Parts: sequence; structure tokens; C-alpha cells
Amino acid sequence: MLQAQNVTVRYGDKTAVDSVSFSLEPGQWLMLAGPNGAGKSTLIGAVAQSVAYEGRVLLDGKDMSALRSAQRARQMAVLSQRNAAQYGYTVEEIVQLGRYAYRRGFLGREPDADRQGIERALALTGLQEYRRRSILDLSGGEMQRVFLAQVFAQDPNILLLDEPANHLDLPYQQHIFGLIREWVSQPGKAVLSVVHDLSLAKKYGTHALLMHRGRCVAQGETDAVLTRENLRQVYEMDVYAWMRGLLSQWRDNSEEFGVRS
Amino acid sequence: MKRNDFSFREGLLCSLVLLGVMLLCVCLGSVSVPLADTVTAIWNSVFGLPIPEGVSKSIILSVRLPRVLCVALSGAALSLCGAAMQGLLRNPLADGSTLGVSAGASLGAVVALAFGVTVPGLPYAGTMGMAMLFAFGSLMLILFLAYGLDRSLATHSIILIGVIFSMFASSLMSLVISFAGEKIKSITFWTMGSLSGSNYTYALILLTGLVTCGGVILFHARELNAFAVGEENALHVGVNVKRVKLTLLISISILIGVCVSVGGTIAFVGLVTPHAARLIVGPNHRRLLPASLFSGAIFLLLADLAARVVLRPIELSIGVVTSLVGAVAFVLIFARTRKGGA
Repeated sequence: MLQAQNVTVRYGDKTAVDSVSFSLEPGQWLMLAGPNGAGKSTLIGAVAQSVAYEGRVLLDGKDMSALRSAQRARQMAVLSQRNAAQYGYTVEEIVQLGRYAYRRGFLGREPDADRQGIERALALTGLQEYRRRSILDLSGGEMQRVFLAQVFAQDPNILLLDEPANHLDLPYQQHIFGLIREWVSQPGKAVLSVVHDLSLAKKYGTHALLMHRGRCVAQGETDAVLTRENLRQVYEMDVYAWMRGLLSQWRDNSEEFGVRS
Repeated sequence: MKRNDFSFREGLLCSLVLLGVMLLCVCLGSVSVPLADTVTAIWNSVFGLPIPEGVSKSIILSVRLPRVLCVALSGAALSLCGAAMQGLLRNPLADGSTLGVSAGASLGAVVALAFGVTVPGLPYAGTMGMAMLFAFGSLMLILFLAYGLDRSLATHSIILIGVIFSMFASSLMSLVISFAGEKIKSITFWTMGSLSGSNYTYALILLTGLVTCGGVILFHARELNAFAVGEENALHVGVNVKRVKLTLLISISILIGVCVSVGGTIAFVGLVTPHAARLIVGPNHRRLLPASLFSGAIFLLLADLAARVVLRPIELSIGVVTSLVGAVAFVLIFARTRKGGA
């Protein structure tokens, strides 16, 4: 349903993304992985049409750059980490913006489908009781849930995520990723996301694309891509050993607790 | 439930208050006119009836009414532009001066005043034309420079270039004024903002500007909401970011150009009244824009009344009053916003 063909992004002399191609099919959750500066967020930006690029991005066979903004927004939604509030909109007003691409005319009243879409999104994210709250009063995690609700209200088939759970506490991370997993299990939906945490990528991704210095190093099913050897090559360290080391610390701790109790 | 739109009842209420303030402003001044006389004079002249003897017809119809109309229209237009710009640029400190358009328009008008640019047969047309021309030219220059800086017309580049351009235009204005000789007094008075020379032609020009450009702004309330939440978010929910931004910026600059050409630079209206309106109706532009329209008109009418009445028979410049009141109000609103969140 989504295809990127030789996507290249240049900032002046620097090539941030170098001729990357991939395709995304319904039911897939494709994780873009790689160290800082690998070009993951830039690639997401190009697919979202917010960054100028060379090459082609096709949506159901049609060139995405030729689509009207509203047409595109009905197919594809984006959740990024950069959502800072300036004015005191209510939660409901933010979610309502997700229906922008479906409006008819300038003065058109809110159709029933909009109302239902908004209610469903609020219910999915557990925000019904927050609907009249000002977004200025929300924590970072609650705010991210509001924008996730906006994205659900947009009712797209493809969801792009740019580190959606960055800076969030673990329970929020788990909650947000759980919601997205539930969403992508519906027929005809797919997710493309940047996740820094490789264990999250492994847990939730069906497929992965490993990037290094703007290039694609490997792509395919998650387990085949995020291998010890590939990661060592890209991160220039033994990621597996490091992570296992981290986990073993936890095991030691829990055993310690176990002994004491 | 918090409503999405400005309801008919709210519109009616605001219209009635506005009408009341307008009548008050026609009645009061260096010479006070009884309310009954004012209503009779306006009513009879609208319906072509003869005006009874003893009613100060010339004060009401030739001096006060056109002025009140111009003040109300300018206030509404400036406030609407301020509200739209604060949403569009996602910056609560934005108004005509932030974008550089006011400064550009003023420069045009000062050039016209200093060098006596006139159109034969149409008094003030030179100043007005030059102000509008320079307002539009400034916007084009600012957009061109911002586009050169980065292709996406990012908001922060527009604000940055606007502020730099304002300083540049101010220094050019000082330069022009230093060559202006004996015209310096009229120029200074004009730059402080004054609507004392209003007539019905001005009112008509303002009305035309407000209906067309203001109409365009009002129709973009949803897009302004999206921009106020974030430009990137606006793009992602399906707003045609570049087109909408360009349309709004052009409408705003034309409208500000018209206002500046009629009344000079009237500071703080575009900054303070949208803030006050936001405290009452919330940030949703479908409610905020109409509310700013009314509150701007009412605020400027009262400021003009104060300018005429407080030290009578001396008349203050309206810009002095709006700056004095506006600066204090702004500090209060800002303090409250920081505390409570608005």
C-alpha cells in the first residue's frame, strides 16, 4: 500500500537519506532502526511530505506528492514527539482537528461520521473524561495520548510514528504502544515508525529497516534484521551483550528482593 | 457544553453592545449632544427625512458619525488581524508590527506626507495609496527573504525577518522625517495614530477591506486552529499549509495597510483585544475571531472617546491612549495567562 522508491534527502552538501526503498503492506508494523543521525526521522518526514526529497513515494500506486493535502491526510496520519501546547484548547478540540480532512465546505456542520469518529477516538484512548480539560493542564504522557486520539480520529490506513513515546514514563510507553498494536490489528492498517529503543522495536515490530548514515543496511522481518551481527555493524558495539548485561542487573536485583522477602 | 461556533444570540448581544457604545461615542465629545437628537438625526438622514431645527446636524453627521464608524471598523479590523496572526504564527505576541507590515505601511505614508505625494482631486489618496502599496510591498519582501532563508516558509523565519524589517523601516522613517522640514508635526501626529480627519469615504474603504479581507480570515477559522496547535500538526491533519498561510498573510497585510493608511499606527489593539477575547471565549478561532472583531471595535471606540473627552478641549492622539491602556492591560492579561493558562 505504501512504497518508497530511491528516496534521497539532501541538506545542502549533506545527504541525510541516501536512496532508500521499502514497501509497507497491510498488517505490517515496520520499525526504522539505527543510531542517531542515521536518517530515520528524515525518512519519515519525507514520507509524510514535510521534508523535500528526491525519488518517489507511492500510496496505492499513486505518487504521494501529487495528492492534495486533505486526500493524503485521509490515508495517512502522523504522530510525532514534538507537540508543545501554546493555547488552551480543550482535549476535544484537538481531537476534532483530526477530522479536518473530511470537512465539507467552509460552513459545513459537523457530520455524524465526525462525531462518531471523535467519540471512538476518545474512547479508544480512554480520554472521555478529559474532553473538556485544557491541554495546558496535561502531562507529557496525557498530551501524547490526546494527539494519538487525534490521529485515530483521522481514521487513516497508514500511521507514521516519529518516536511517539520518547521521554515518556514506562507505563505510558506501554499504554501507547499497546493502543497502536490494537489499532494495527484491524484489517487494512499499517504502521511505519521510528523507535530508538531496540527492545520496543523487537517486541512490537513485524518488520524492520536498519539504517546507518542515511543508507539502508538491512530490511525484512524484525528477527532477521535486528541480528547481533547487523547491530554490531551499525552501532559499532555489541548491542546484544550490552542489553543482556542491563537485563541481568535486573535479574540480580529481583533475586535479591526475593531473598529478602 | 462548550460551543464550537459563535451563536446567533452571542452575535446579537455583541452587536447591541457595539451599537450602544457607538451611540455613546457620537453623543459625547468636546460638546455633548443629547441621545434623542443623535438618534433622530441618524434615523432621519438614513431614511431621507428632514432633520428638525435645533439638532446639531453637522456635529453628529459630518464630524462624529464618520469618525465613530472609522474607529469601530479600524478597531475590528486590527483586532481581527491580530487574532489571526497570533494563531497563524502560533505566537501570542504577534500582531501587525511583528510581521513588519505596519512599519512598512507607515513608511509609505510618511514618504507620501513628507514629499507631498498627492493624487489631484482626491485628498489623502496619496497617503492611503502609498501606505497600502508599501504594506503589500513589505509583505512581499518579507516573504521573499523568508523563502530565501528556508523554502518551507517556516513561521519563525517570517517573524525574525518581520522584526528586522520593522527596525529597518523605522530607521528609514526617521531618515525621511529628518528631511521633512516643516511637515514634521503632521507626520509625528500621524505616526502616533489619529482618526480625527475621518469621513464617509474612509469608512467605506475600511468597510470594503473588512468585508473582503476580513471575510477571508473568518472563513479560515478551522485552519487557524490547526496552525495554532502547530504548523506540523496542521500539515499532518491535511491543511494545505503553504496556500493557506499565503492567503492569510496577504489578507492580513492588505487589511492592516488599509487601517494604517486611514488611522496611522494604532498600537496594541491587535495585540491586547484578542488576548482579552481569548480569556472569555477560549482559543477556538471559530469563536475567537468574531469575538475579537467585536471587542476590538468596542475597545478602540472607548479609547477614542477617552482621547476626545479626558483632557477636553485638548484632543489626545488615539495611539497614545491605546498604548497606555494596552500596555497595562497586556501586563495583567499576560500575568493571568502565565498563572491560569488561557
